[in-house]
Amino acid sequence: MIVRILGEGQVDVPDGELDALNTLDDTLQRAVEGGNEDEFTQSLVALLSRVREVGRPLPDDEIVPSDLVLPSADASLAEVRELLGEEGLIPG
Amino acid sequence: MGMGSRLALIFKAKANKALDRAEDPREVLDYSYEKQLELLTKVRRGVADVATSRKRLEIQMQQLQASADKLQGQAQQAVGAGRDDLAREALTRRAAANQQLSDLQTQHAQLQAEEEKLTLASQRLQAKVDAFRTRKETIKATYTAAEAQTKIGEAMSGISEEMGDVGMAMQRAEDKTAQMQARAGAVDELLASGALDDASSPLGKQDDIQRELDAMSSGSNVELELAKLKGELPAGQAPSAIEAGGTQSAATEPAAQEEQK
Repeated sequence: MIVRILGEGQVDVPDGELDALNTLDDTLQRAVEGGNEDEFTQSLVALLSRVREVGRPLPDDEIVPSDLVLPSADASLAEVRELLGEEGLIPG
Repeated sequence: MGMGSRLALIFKAKANKALDRAEDPREVLDYSYEKQLELLTKVRRGVADVATSRKRLEIQMQQLQASADKLQGQAQQAVGAGRDDLAREALTRRAAANQQLSDLQTQHAQLQAEEEKLTLASQRLQAKVDAFRTRKETIKATYTAAEAQTKIGEAMSGISEEMGDVGMAMQRAEDKTAQMQARAGAVDELLASGALDDASSPLGKQDDIQRELDAMSSGSNVELELAKLKGELPAGQAPSAIEAGGTQSAATEPAAQEEQK
């Protein structure tokens, strides 16, 4: 599975990690919805460290869309909201 | 659905939109390639802008450091002369200079981080743009219309995601640079106003603390001269006493130094 960390590039994460990452992603999603900045930063950092730990960086000249896109570690809740809200309601 | 997947969908939706608008999907490839080259130029310019701002900050930090050092020296000089009021004033200004300095250091670190990120992003984009050009020609030459459609979709999704990411990194770097420039302007004004005593200012322009210190030392020089003159007045014993005292202290000095060791 290809994961992009905004501002850092893409990594290839083994499919076996998917469940663990999904759990972390759900926590992050709840933090965004709940509007809790501390919780948001904590869960984002947890998710990003896990991705970096298990992921293998993709070569620069490889062009593939990502299955998962994650904000950079220093992103604020407001920035992520703006990102998600850019296109109105996300299809799917 | 998790947030990461939602963000991934935004990028895909954008790529699809571009494809939907095109009559011939292959045209999208050429158009996208043009856009990639434009973005690459912008990113390179962005890296240069951030570097320029960083260098400006570094110059200001040096100026502030020089001011702080000079004020420290003035405070010491004032204490030596028994002028606590002047020393206090110098120390207060030094604290203000140090505060500015530490703020600038924080900003400098942030800017440096943005510069590094943007440099990496520009390298990544360069590699992807090169790869895209190759792939674009392959797609155009080799595949059937149906196959081309799928390949074009993949290439477009991948590259537009990268471009979106790089675009955001650019925006962040530009915002940081703009903030920094506003800040640098304020520090320049502060230095120009003399509130921090710009130690880098041309010679001759003196701050009030220095003026008082200079006045004091020239004042005490006058007192010394006066005392010396007074001592020389009664021609006879007094001058020889001064001379004898001078010789004696010169002779005892090395001994005193030996003792200290």
